[in-house]
Amino acid sequence: MANPDLANLEAIAREGRVQIIRMLTHAGSGHPGGSLSVIDILTTLYFNRLRYDPKRPGWEDRDRFVLSKGHCVPAQYYCMAKAGFFPMERVITLRKLGSPLQGHPDRVMLPGIEAATGSLGQGLSVAMGMALGLKLAGKTARVYCVVGDGEIQEGQVWESLMSGPKLGAPDHLLDNLCVILDYNGIQLDNFVKKILDLEPVVEKVKSFGWPVLDVNGHDIAQVDKALDQAEANKGAPTFIVAHTVKGKGVSFMENDPEWHGKAPKPAEAVKAIREIVGEPVPGWAAAIIGELEALEKK
Amino acid sequence: MPAKASRAAFGEALIDLGAKDERIVTLDADLSKSTMTAKFAKTYPSRAFNVGIAESGMIGLAAGLALSGRVPFACSFACFLVGRFETIRVSVAYTNAPVKLVGTHVGVAIGEDGYTQMGLEDIACIRSLPNIPIIQPADEIETKQAVAYAVEHAGPLYLRLTRQNLEPVHDERYRFQFGKADLLRPGTDVTVLATGGPLFNALEAATKLGAEGVNAEILNIATIKPLDEEAILRSAGKTGRVVTVEDHSIHGGLGSAVAELLSEVMPTPLKRVAVTTFGESGDPKALYAKHGLDPDGIARAVLKFLNR
Repeated sequence: MANPDLANLEAIAREGRVQIIRMLTHAGSGHPGGSLSVIDILTTLYFNRLRYDPKRPGWEDRDRFVLSKGHCVPAQYYCMAKAGFFPMERVITLRKLGSPLQGHPDRVMLPGIEAATGSLGQGLSVAMGMALGLKLAGKTARVYCVVGDGEIQEGQVWESLMSGPKLGAPDHLLDNLCVILDYNGIQLDNFVKKILDLEPVVEKVKSFGWPVLDVNGHDIAQVDKALDQAEANKGAPTFIVAHTVKGKGVSFMENDPEWHGKAPKPAEAVKAIREIVGEPVPGWAAAIIGELEALEKK
Repeated sequence: MPAKASRAAFGEALIDLGAKDERIVTLDADLSKSTMTAKFAKTYPSRAFNVGIAESGMIGLAAGLALSGRVPFACSFACFLVGRFETIRVSVAYTNAPVKLVGTHVGVAIGEDGYTQMGLEDIACIRSLPNIPIIQPADEIETKQAVAYAVEHAGPLYLRLTRQNLEPVHDERYRFQFGKADLLRPGTDVTVLATGGPLFNALEAATKLGAEGVNAEILNIATIKPLDEEAILRSAGKTGRVVTVEDHSIHGGLGSAVAELLSEVMPTPLKRVAVTTFGESGDPKALYAKHGLDPDGIARAVLKFLNR
């Protein structure tokens, strides 16, 4: 969107990092690394791009967002709470029995989630179906799908990449679809390059017929501009490669495969939050620090 | 009414339904000539999507279409479709996306193509998932009504269809009812619950059994999930002996579903007639004879079960 309020969006993303650390610490398990790598992208989507109404999650003309790398759903839960889908206090019920904030997204339990994901490789095909369905219904709503870099090792992703630019031809081509790759370079077992290198990923996806954009996924202005370009592309869906840092914002988590799927202990969480917010610690962050210190004493 | 494959009846029904309902779309993975949606694609080209030989992607795509208001029929051979179980499990069942999964070429009755093309474990797989009912119609009349029902059914659904022609067992007055067993032949000595391809053979077997002094009750189980528990228990209570007949693996199909019901609610002696091995190439009739799914085989199994 023209002239995004960058300072505001960056503040929202900063609070998001704190809330991600908070909810994972309460849960005692989960995926901080990828949640922190994707939060700037999700902030840009939720607060400067997507059309939705938190009071009417089933609104037919809403834009759809599918987080195919479902293990990073803490970032999405934060955005949804911040946007008003549910109260922010509820984020600490993440992964607890009875909570709609399941460990991986659940469309039935939590209105506003568009698809159950986390069984990797499926979200893109579902998002493509949504984009095609909207086109067939004559709707102008758009569909956004975030995939992980480890995730796109799944064969189903390449089935979708093969058909994406051709599906719906000639009258319903999927230019209402935008795919964003959170390219943080780390998967569960190790660095992506060491497990199964994706390179040259830009050339690969281009060769399948997608317009591909290459951005810094932590630069909200760059992400926003790429989303503008995607919206302007007619006749084909767009693929954005967003280069990110796993664990971004918390120095002891950054670029360390250990933090793919391990929750911080309360003391680590406090250290992380102090680093994210800096000095002086704002009141809302101080309250969360107090809450986590109390958790440690339990 | 001549014999007709349920896949053929499905293809015809879909063209009629598609004329009235713009929401209906078909998805195929390069088998539309076999699943019989090719004519739908010719009739409504903007509503038919052939994604290439990519069943997982096709199922995900169907889920997204269903979630944005379309009524997608995702079609392939049952083994290739249900073989992409993980996508069905998460993107269809757990997401509760109202996709109509259509698996054709079920059972050993596909014949010469051999085991790799035979849907023999599909009921077992789908039965393990909440949210997805299973319908296997018995003939053309029932298939056409079941397809119409599938369009109206609010959630996902699995339709199991044959490659081979099916002799009619219903007349024009028949009305398919979801979740209801359908009594084709009343009897007193044994209950035979049959579904799909070998159902007609079960009726023929009943005639043979009659000559041996055994009066068999035959129920068509078109809705395999949820089972019509009431009708099955009523019949089993009356005859005291139950036989299931299906062209599917003996593990996890109709026979297993009936065993679960009877053993928990009303323990009753049960004999399952089904496929106990991998399939193989051969003439379909010879394969039914080999696996005991022909009229003689079914009659023999019943007599042995009744110690006659």
